[in-house]
Amino acid sequence: MTHAYTPGLKVSPQTEVRKERRLPLKGDVLVSVGDWVTAETVVAKTELPGNVQTVNVANRLSILPEDIERNMLVKLGDWVNEGDLIAQSRSFFGLFKSSAKMPVSGTVESVSDITGQVIVREKAIPVEINAYLDGEVIEVFENEGVMVKTTATFVQGIFGIGGEAVGELDVVAKDGSVVMDPSLINSSHKGKIILGGSLVTMAALERAKEVGVRGIIVGGIGDSDLRTILGYDLGVAITGSEEIGLSIVVTEGFGQMTIADRTFDLLASRKGMKTSISGATQIRAGVIRPEVVIPLETGLVGNADHEIKHKAVVGLVIGSPVRVIREPYFGKIGTVTSLPPELQKLESEAMVRVLGVKFDGDVEVMIPRANVELIEE
Amino acid sequence: MAEVNKDAENIQSIIATDCGSTTTKAILIEKRDGEYRLIVRGEAPTTVEAPFEDVTRGVLNAVAEVEDLTGNTYIKDDKIEHPRKGGVGTDLYLSTSSAGGGLQMMVAGVVKEMTAESAQRAALGAGAIVMDVIASNDMRQPHERIQRIRALRPDMILLSGGIDGGTTTHVAELAELIAAADPRPRLGMSYSLPVIFAGNVDARELVKDRLEAKTSLSITENLRPVLERENLQPARLGIQELFLEHVMKHAPGYGNLLEWTPVPIMPTPAAVGSIMQLIAKEEGINVVGVDIGGATTDVFSVFGEVFNRTVSANLGMSYSISNVLAEATVPNILRWVPFDVEETDLRNRVKNKMIRPTTIPQALESLIIEQAMAREALRLAFIQHKLLAVGLKGVQQERTISDTFEQTESGATLVDMMQLDMLVGSGGVLSHAPRRVQAAFMMIDAFMPEGLTELAVDSIFMMPQLGVLAQVHPRAALEVFHKDCLIRLGTCIAPRGEGKEGTPCLEVSLEMPDGTTESRSLKSGEMAVIPLEVGQKAKAIIKPTRKFDAGAGRGKEIHTELGGGQVGVIIDARGRPLTLPTDKAERVRKLTEWNDALGVYPGAHSSMED
Repeated sequence: MTHAYTPGLKVSPQTEVRKERRLPLKGDVLVSVGDWVTAETVVAKTELPGNVQTVNVANRLSILPEDIERNMLVKLGDWVNEGDLIAQSRSFFGLFKSSAKMPVSGTVESVSDITGQVIVREKAIPVEINAYLDGEVIEVFENEGVMVKTTATFVQGIFGIGGEAVGELDVVAKDGSVVMDPSLINSSHKGKIILGGSLVTMAALERAKEVGVRGIIVGGIGDSDLRTILGYDLGVAITGSEEIGLSIVVTEGFGQMTIADRTFDLLASRKGMKTSISGATQIRAGVIRPEVVIPLETGLVGNADHEIKHKAVVGLVIGSPVRVIREPYFGKIGTVTSLPPELQKLESEAMVRVLGVKFDGDVEVMIPRANVELIEE
Repeated sequence: MAEVNKDAENIQSIIATDCGSTTTKAILIEKRDGEYRLIVRGEAPTTVEAPFEDVTRGVLNAVAEVEDLTGNTYIKDDKIEHPRKGGVGTDLYLSTSSAGGGLQMMVAGVVKEMTAESAQRAALGAGAIVMDVIASNDMRQPHERIQRIRALRPDMILLSGGIDGGTTTHVAELAELIAAADPRPRLGMSYSLPVIFAGNVDARELVKDRLEAKTSLSITENLRPVLERENLQPARLGIQELFLEHVMKHAPGYGNLLEWTPVPIMPTPAAVGSIMQLIAKEEGINVVGVDIGGATTDVFSVFGEVFNRTVSANLGMSYSISNVLAEATVPNILRWVPFDVEETDLRNRVKNKMIRPTTIPQALESLIIEQAMAREALRLAFIQHKLLAVGLKGVQQERTISDTFEQTESGATLVDMMQLDMLVGSGGVLSHAPRRVQAAFMMIDAFMPEGLTELAVDSIFMMPQLGVLAQVHPRAALEVFHKDCLIRLGTCIAPRGEGKEGTPCLEVSLEMPDGTTESRSLKSGEMAVIPLEVGQKAKAIIKPTRKFDAGAGRGKEIHTELGGGQVGVIIDARGRPLTLPTDKAERVRKLTEWNDALGVYPGAHSSMED
């Protein structure tokens, strides 16, 4: 049976984190099983085939495509520099020569006597991937990449933008409800990941970019500000490749939303530690959520495996802490007080399975099970 | 397949599954008292991804739910047992799939409006999402096209181009571009990309020379052998075959699933298209169907005998809802909302739905906003459909279906709302609307049917399973479709024409099954509903005023019989095209009036303005 609730986002003080680091195409792996790597270590590299340009030689020389071969000055596979001649027509008495030059430096990949086109491939593009986390290489995928393992504090966000960023964690808000405005950001935050409160304002985003902040962790962001910083209206939640100068991990949602105390307190307690974040989000099948990973010193490492097994069996039961994720109680945190099995009619008249929730000792309210998420321990 | 047909009458039980990107749905059909009926339905999360990485796990879980609900046994040794033996198993097992994002294709052709457009129709009809259309005249530079092919990493490429005996140069050029791009498929690092060539027969050798070594090339009949005729079926079958051989085999667990079923696994949208075509053919009607999902919206139409399908890959109610807002724009969404909403509030609500796609509207206000979004998603998807469901371009009025509807120019849309007989909606926001009239009203506002149109929704979205069943057992598929799948909402009467608000529009008189007569006289800008139950018929006299056409011409009276449904007969005298008031207060007043006239929402909505 499908679960009638949204599994919560992970907020874990200490857990084992494994990251696959794979090349887009086959290449060379530069580390071995057992190696200790830092986030910046290059673990694998490859070369992507270069870009392709076409030259319509037949047109340039005003010849028929089938005559292209005898007018070519270079052969298939030759490397030719930008501006060098690749073909020349021989007219009567050599008076009116037409020629075609290389538009870019590259290799002659094909010469077509049907279309009269020459295809040139530019230099291969080198691609390197780093470890992203401080940790140990535990597996090598031959020619493709590695698996890195670390023990870390791990927090998932709900939405993010920008790719991976690594830096020291700093806390700029006194609690999760504070709005992050430009006054909270100064030049000491350069190169750091900063933890804010319930909302990051547009002005604060601008300020953070200006001083060179690498990443922001915050409760909420306004959709209008997101549109401004991206320069377009985000249509589908597939992110991670934006180049906006920093990465953002949003823990709660859109609009002003206080960061859950547990999340804020946990992250705040890691102030000063080296932190890896990724804004990459994909809300489709194969969901990817943005994340904050703070590798722990070896001294802090406990029995992480045990903790994972313990958590896997926890479900939604009476007494479970939950967060409401849709109006009218959006963002409120409460405790499950009842789980009636029969369908109930909502104000919208939809018949759905519900649960009872109490917020801070208030009266019990009924909420669709689909509209809460479990706060995972 | 022949084996299945031979034994068709002996088939007592059928299990069909649809492996969606998030949920795998199983239905059990049994022959009872001589007719096939849906018995139960089970579902389980799809298991294409880690930690399971085996689609059959989700299939078995969904079928296990069917077992729980019926007390029967269908699974033996971790397989679906068929044919049924000793009270265990089912006589026939079938499946469709759209897991892993479905089939994502690029198509290429010489002229964008001709062979490339035909290729696009072939791919869409085969159930694919078309990521891009490359054409010799698409105004892009060759290197831009190459980069595009590389960046998109399609599952498959359909190359067409040139009518038989026509250009070979341009086809060779397209083949060279594909070879230069050396595209890697989306799934699997090491297998070569399937390419189908369905173009000029004279270009086959040229294409082979260029692509055979670099791709997994197959060649089918030309999909546009002459300008005047498309021949899409061979290319569509080729696509579906390669989908099974290449794409599906690289999806985890499909190898096993393929062994379980005696007929090929169909891409989900191809199966839906197949059931739509069957219905249109059996009943001799023109049909438009829509399936609005979380990520995509599919529109199908059958006019005359021409079937078309389009998919709007980024219009949907959860994953893609933010894109609906971006494409429709805020004012177009808010024009359907009968109360005040701030733009920033709407924007944040929409984005929060996008990042938490499984939530449902608890408050009435949330439901109304969600249904306003649905109207726009459906409207935009239908616009895209009408643009592609067109007559062949570059042809002088030669289509055989021109007697069915007027073709004023080559390339005119085939979708004529006045000729449409049935509009079928499916997908959560329509099938699960708390009141059926809400689904009817959303479809009317989005599709703007004209004249007389029957409205229906799919009860639990089992059209994919019935579509694949229709391939081997059309009778069972049709019986279940009519009795258990289709929920008839009623008939919409919507005259074409425009009139000043308050001036007479039409009179409708229904002779009800109990012998009484129900008459309504509507002014321009009004709506009304006359209840008429499912299965009932009423003799109708429809008299439009001289500015309006209900199907027989302006001012012409119509005598006909109308079918009922869970809503009844809806009379829409708002005119076509529909113009909503631009003044906000006036618009809210009209929306509230229509909602009240049809009983769309509970309570008095005017109070929500406060």
